[in-house]
Amino acid sequence: MTAGRTEASARAPVPERSRRARGLSLAALVAILAALCALSVAIGTRAIPWADIVAALENQVLGGQVDNIGQAAVAVRIPRTLLALLAGAALGLAGAIMQGVTRNPLADPGILGVNMGASLAVAVGIAWFDISSAHAYIVAAILGAGVSAVFVYVIGSLGRGGATPLKLALAGAATSVAFSSLVIAVVLPRADIAGGVRSWQIGGVGGATFDRIFHVLPFLAAGFAIGLLSARRLNSLALGDELAAGLGERVAMARAVAALGAVLLCGATTAICGPIGFLGLVVPHLGRLLVGVDHRWLLPFSALGGACLLLAADIVGRIIARPAELDVGIVTAFVGAPVFIWMVRRQRVHEL
Amino acid sequence: MLLSPTLDSIIDNRRRRARRRSLVIGVLAVLLVAMFALTLLLGQSFTPPEDVIRVLLGEQVAGASFTVGQLRLPRAVLSILAGLSFGLGGVAFQIMLRNPLASPDIIGISSGASAAAVFAIVVLSLKGPLVSVIAVAAGLGVALLVYALSFRNGVAGMRLILVGIGVSAMLDSFIAYVLSRAPAWTLQEAMRWLTGSVNGAQLSDALPLVLAVVAFGGLLASRARDLDALKLGDDTAAALGVGVVRTRVMVIVAAVGMIASATAVAGPIAFVAFLSGPIAARIMENNGSLLIPSALIGAMLVLAGDYCGQFLLPSRYPVGVVTGALGAPYLIFLIVRANRTANSP
Repeated sequence: MTAGRTEASARAPVPERSRRARGLSLAALVAILAALCALSVAIGTRAIPWADIVAALENQVLGGQVDNIGQAAVAVRIPRTLLALLAGAALGLAGAIMQGVTRNPLADPGILGVNMGASLAVAVGIAWFDISSAHAYIVAAILGAGVSAVFVYVIGSLGRGGATPLKLALAGAATSVAFSSLVIAVVLPRADIAGGVRSWQIGGVGGATFDRIFHVLPFLAAGFAIGLLSARRLNSLALGDELAAGLGERVAMARAVAALGAVLLCGATTAICGPIGFLGLVVPHLGRLLVGVDHRWLLPFSALGGACLLLAADIVGRIIARPAELDVGIVTAFVGAPVFIWMVRRQRVHEL
Repeated sequence: MLLSPTLDSIIDNRRRRARRRSLVIGVLAVLLVAMFALTLLLGQSFTPPEDVIRVLLGEQVAGASFTVGQLRLPRAVLSILAGLSFGLGGVAFQIMLRNPLASPDIIGISSGASAAAVFAIVVLSLKGPLVSVIAVAAGLGVALLVYALSFRNGVAGMRLILVGIGVSAMLDSFIAYVLSRAPAWTLQEAMRWLTGSVNGAQLSDALPLVLAVVAFGGLLASRARDLDALKLGDDTAAALGVGVVRTRVMVIVAAVGMIASATAVAGPIAFVAFLSGPIAARIMENNGSLLIPSALIGAMLVLAGDYCGQFLLPSRYPVGVVTGALGAPYLIFLIVRANRTANSP
């Protein structure tokens, strides 16, 4: 019953937070996000004076001429920032939804193999079905994400005790490993796309353009809408299936709809960024520390927090590896994996 | 008088099992030799057996000296050695932790060795045996780390595996990072460190691996009986007179040593360590120690996987991709089965 909550929250009942405190942390998060956006435009592998940054921003808005390389660099950073923002929000929200739907604190689109499933579907689509439009990529990725989510959930819930957190995580991790070697097998013989083998394994927001973002926007919007609207249902589900049913919730339906939202978000994100892991794991837990377990607050917080974290990770990736840059998926793995390990340690292991 | 018929039947039964065991191991060994011979004879073109034998004896044969001596032989030798190491190291871990999922390539030890090897080669510009030494040290370090991190009132198998998965996620990112920083890095070379490959094998690479197989394999073989006793559980093993901690430490050192040495040369060839043990168990039907059969099967997997990857598939794949594609469905099958039989490992 309490599988969906962390041990800490199960031990000590979370005090009801006042609207004001929540509102304040919301405002703080928005401020941080704005600051990170500014940093993300200003900081990069190339140091650029303020004048050029301002000029480039003006160009972006007013459609002027790009004068020098500095302004050109900033012009690339703007869509990149936007993509990091959207992808982070999508993954954070998807993680929170998945943790709510499965009532599993270890759920995350990366760990559950959903991102790798999307990646594999795109690879198969390119290599075998010659899909080439951005739309086809996104649809393939969403299909792949959906299929692998169902697949992992079925594998993880076989046997006694249903889908326990550890079984689900194990099934997801195994599926992830399996899919990632299948991706290599599919991509490698195609010399034209194989150059990017790494980009199939590690996600990044480097190659962002406004064009690609526009293609994915409708899917993300649908995902955000479905996700945020299922907050109340997720609250009922958190009480346990019987109680939720007793409150008049159609449990299976609620699960399916919320999961659909998460799948849309992960699939669309993976289609343009590649698989980015661990973000959806970390962010909702931070969110719970800040605003408690009420999904009506938790979901928007996870979205904002995810955007902040991905932007921060992307900025860090640009700074520490100068003059090259680090894919954001590498940074999130280094931030997220320790959290994952810490959470695994906290879980009581009944299985063995 | 009363006991003798039973005793006879027991003795008879034991003899039969021992005979069957040596028969199966013999068949496996013969198969391995046959595959070795096939890979030497038949590549892009067929080389007559007498030419191959003359090359092996050190004679110069026009054409064959290069294809067999320089290309096929080093590749086959390296495949066999790496396969032996992966098979042995993997099954040792699986037996010791009583869980088929606890193989070194899943709990992060291969990733650790691979990360160290990549770091040593790309960043420190090292070569040869030193890389193996560093890889072995890193493999041991990762094993220790995973064990320590999953220790909480004892080590539960499931927790160890998940902690290992987390650690290997970080190590894999590290590998990707180092590879991305190395500009003059061809795809084929990168594949070696991502999934394992024996492309461009040289006989000189085999030397550290031979030493590792002899030293660590010997150590492991000397512990084979104690290791088998560990299968019954720590308490039972202790009651049978096995020094549990000592055995465990020695087995970890030996198994990690083999895995890491092989990884330093051929990369973390996907799933060989994971697959060999369960296949051996299926073939041996609970008949004695799995160490030798599993080593033979590991060698066969790598040899056959590399041959498939080179010649039988529509395009050329490194061996790790072939074994990876083979191992992935099995991994999922194993999880399904482990979940269904609730309490089993």
